[in-house]
Amino acid sequence: MNTIIISLAVLGGIGCLAAIILYVVAQTFKVNEDPRIDRIEAVLPGANCGGCGKPGCRGFAEACVKAGNLEGLRCPVGGDATMSQVGAILGIEVAAGDALVAVVRCNGSCANRPKTSQYNGTRSCIIMHNLYAGETGCRYGCLGCGDCVAACQFGAIHMNPETGLPEVDDDKCTACGACAKACPKNIIELRKKGPKNRRIFVSCVNKDKGGVARKACKAACIGCGKCVKECAFDAIVVENNVAYIDYTKCRLCRKCEAACPTGAIHAPNFPPRKPIDEQPAVTAQTETSQA
Amino acid sequence: MKTFRIGGVHPHDNKLSAGNAIETLPLPKQAIVPLSQHIGAPAQPIVEKGDHVKVGQLIAQAASFMSANIHAPISGTITKIDTATDAWGMPMPAIYIEAEGDGDEWLETIDRTPDINRICKLEPEQIIEKIKDAGIVGLGGACFPTHVKLMPPPGCQAEVLIVNAVECEPYLTCDHRLMLEHAEEIFIGISLLKRALKIERAIIGIENNKRDAIELFKKMADRHFGIEVCPLKLRYPQGGEKQLIDATIGRQVPSGALPISVGAVVDNVATVFAVYEAVQKNKPLIERVMTVTGKSVKRPGNYLVRFGTPLQDVIEAAGGIPDDTGKIVAGGPMMGRAMQNTNMPAHKRTSGLLMIPAAESVRREPQNCMRCGQCVEACPMGLEPYLLIRLAEQKRWDEMEHNKIMDCIECGCCLFSCPSYQPLLDYVRLGKATVGGIIRARNAKK
Repeated sequence: MNTIIISLAVLGGIGCLAAIILYVVAQTFKVNEDPRIDRIEAVLPGANCGGCGKPGCRGFAEACVKAGNLEGLRCPVGGDATMSQVGAILGIEVAAGDALVAVVRCNGSCANRPKTSQYNGTRSCIIMHNLYAGETGCRYGCLGCGDCVAACQFGAIHMNPETGLPEVDDDKCTACGACAKACPKNIIELRKKGPKNRRIFVSCVNKDKGGVARKACKAACIGCGKCVKECAFDAIVVENNVAYIDYTKCRLCRKCEAACPTGAIHAPNFPPRKPIDEQPAVTAQTETSQA
Repeated sequence: MKTFRIGGVHPHDNKLSAGNAIETLPLPKQAIVPLSQHIGAPAQPIVEKGDHVKVGQLIAQAASFMSANIHAPISGTITKIDTATDAWGMPMPAIYIEAEGDGDEWLETIDRTPDINRICKLEPEQIIEKIKDAGIVGLGGACFPTHVKLMPPPGCQAEVLIVNAVECEPYLTCDHRLMLEHAEEIFIGISLLKRALKIERAIIGIENNKRDAIELFKKMADRHFGIEVCPLKLRYPQGGEKQLIDATIGRQVPSGALPISVGAVVDNVATVFAVYEAVQKNKPLIERVMTVTGKSVKRPGNYLVRFGTPLQDVIEAAGGIPDDTGKIVAGGPMMGRAMQNTNMPAHKRTSGLLMIPAAESVRREPQNCMRCGQCVEACPMGLEPYLLIRLAEQKRWDEMEHNKIMDCIECGCCLFSCPSYQPLLDYVRLGKATVGGIIRARNAKK
C-alpha cells in the first residue's frame, strides 16, 4: 500500500513541477502573433500554389500583415473577391485588379509544324529542352511533353491529342503561374482574362527571321508588322521578328487578327465576325470598364 | 593489369573499323566554320565578307585566355558571317567560306612535305605560343584549350604527362588508327609537350583491346627517354581524365580540383599529334580523324575530315545512312548525343558518327527503382545516381549540390547499369546544368 502512495506522490509531484516549468517557459518565450494573420489565412483559398510568389497561403497572409498595405500583393486564385476580404481585415480599400488567365503562345500543331525528328527519351519538356531544340524545326515552340499539365494543381490544362498542344480551361485557371514557370520555352504567359473571356494575343514566340520561321511552322509569326500598322491603339510591337500585343492597351477591335497573314494572332471566344461592323470595339470598352 | 579503382562498366567494344586505314575525304565546296568549337569564349572573327583566305589562315581569334584560334580549313572567299544550325537544332555563329578552284591553296609557311621533322630547338614558352596560335584544343571530346593546360597556375607543378590513348568509348577507332599510322609523330609530340611542361616523365595509357598499338608503342618507347607505355584493363570510362590519372599513377584528383593539383597533365593522343604538326610543321588545327561506324554501315571507317565539311558528306563517304538506322549519334554510344539533323559541319568536337539500327536505339520502358545499388557501384565518381534522380525530379537543387552533382562526368555508367531502365542520366544532366547555372550566378554576384 505504502509503495503505491509513494509512487503516486512522486509521479504527481513530477507532473506538477513539469506543468509549472512548461507554463513559465510558455509565458516567457511567448511569440505575440498578429491575430489578423490567422484571419487572413482563413479567407485565402488554401491551395498553397505559390501563385502570389510567397511560400504558401500562410506566407502570403504574413506578408500582407507585415507590409500593412496590399501593394504588389495579390492572390491570383482568389481574385478580387478574396482580396477585398483581405482588405477588409486590414482595413484598407482594395482596387480591383485584372483577372488573369494563362495563354499558350504556340500554334505549332501537328498539322502546322511537321516533325523532323523523333524523341524517345523521358517524356519531360525540361529534359528534352536540355538535350536539343525539339522534335520539329522550330526551337521556340511547344515541346508537347506536358510539363505544364503536371505543374497545374487545379486541373486546368490538358494536352489536346489532335494538335499536340496544351489547352487551358479558362474557368478552372486561377492564374497562379505555375505552368508559366514550368515551361522551359517560356510559351505560357499570364494575360488579362478579358470580358467574356475574350482576348487577343500573338500565339507564337518564334524569334527567327520570317522565312526561317515560316519554313518550320505554317502558323508562325513572321514579324511582318502588318498588325502594327492596323492597330489604332499602339498596342502591338514587333521585336526580334515576333509581334507582341500589350493587353493593357488592346481594345479588342480584332483588326490585327484579320490582318495577320499566317493566322498567328488568336482571338478566342469572340462571336463570329459581322461584315464590317465596328461595334465590338465599343462594347468591349464598356465591358472592360465594368470589369 | 592496371585500371581505376571506383566504379566503371564493361560495354561490348564493337570496334568495327579498327582495321581500316585512315582515308582522306575530298574537300567540301563550302565550309561552315563554327566560332565556338571549344570550351570557353567563342572566337572573334577577324575576316570580313568578301575576304580571300588560304588554308591555315587565321580567321577568328581567341577572345580570352580560355578560348582558341580558328583557321580557314579551305581556301576561298568568305561569303558571310552568320548563324548556322548545329546538329541539335540550336544556332551557332559561323563563318561561311566558298571554295575557289580546288580550295586547297595553303599558306606558304606551312610545311606540307611528308618528311618527319625530329629536331626542335624552341624554348618551352615558344612551344606553348605555337600551340596557342595553332588553336589546338583537346581532341578527346571536351575541347579544352591545350595551351591552358600547359600553363599551370602558380603554386602547381606538373610532374607527369599522361597521354590518353585509351579510347574506351565503344565503336570509336580514330585514335587507334592514328597511333598505328603516326606513331613516330606522336612520340615527337610527347617530347615537345614534355619540354613545354619542363618535365621528364610521360606515360601513355592504352587499353588492352589495342594490342598492336601497345606492341608498337612499347618498341618505340624503348628508343625514347622517359616515355612509358601503360597497358590498361578494358573498362569504361577509363578515358575520363580523373579515371586515367587513377589508373596510371594511382593518384585521385579531389572533388572540384583540376588534374594539375596532383601533378598530372592529361592530353589525348590526337591532341599530341596536332601539337607535333603545329610545332614542327606550322600547321594549325584544321582537320581531324573521325570514325564513321555502325553495325549496318556499308563502309565503316576512319576518315581524315577537314573542318567545315557537312557531316552529310562524311556519312556519304561511308556508304550513306543505312535503311534500318534509328539514331545517328555524334560521338560514341556512351557519351554521344543523338542528332536531329546531319547538316552540321565537322569541327574540333566531332570525333565520330555512329549509326544505330532502329531496333537497338529504342529506350525501354522505365520500371520502378528497386534500390539495388547497381548505379552506385557503377558510378566512377562515387556518386549516388538513384538519389540524384529523385532530387532532380523534386527540384531540390541545393541538396544536389551537397551530393556533388558537379563531379558527375556524364559518362552514362549509371544508365547503362540500371536494371530498371530509369532515366538516370537525363535527370542527372538536368541537375548538373541547373546547379551549374546557380553556382555561376552566385559567383557572379560575389
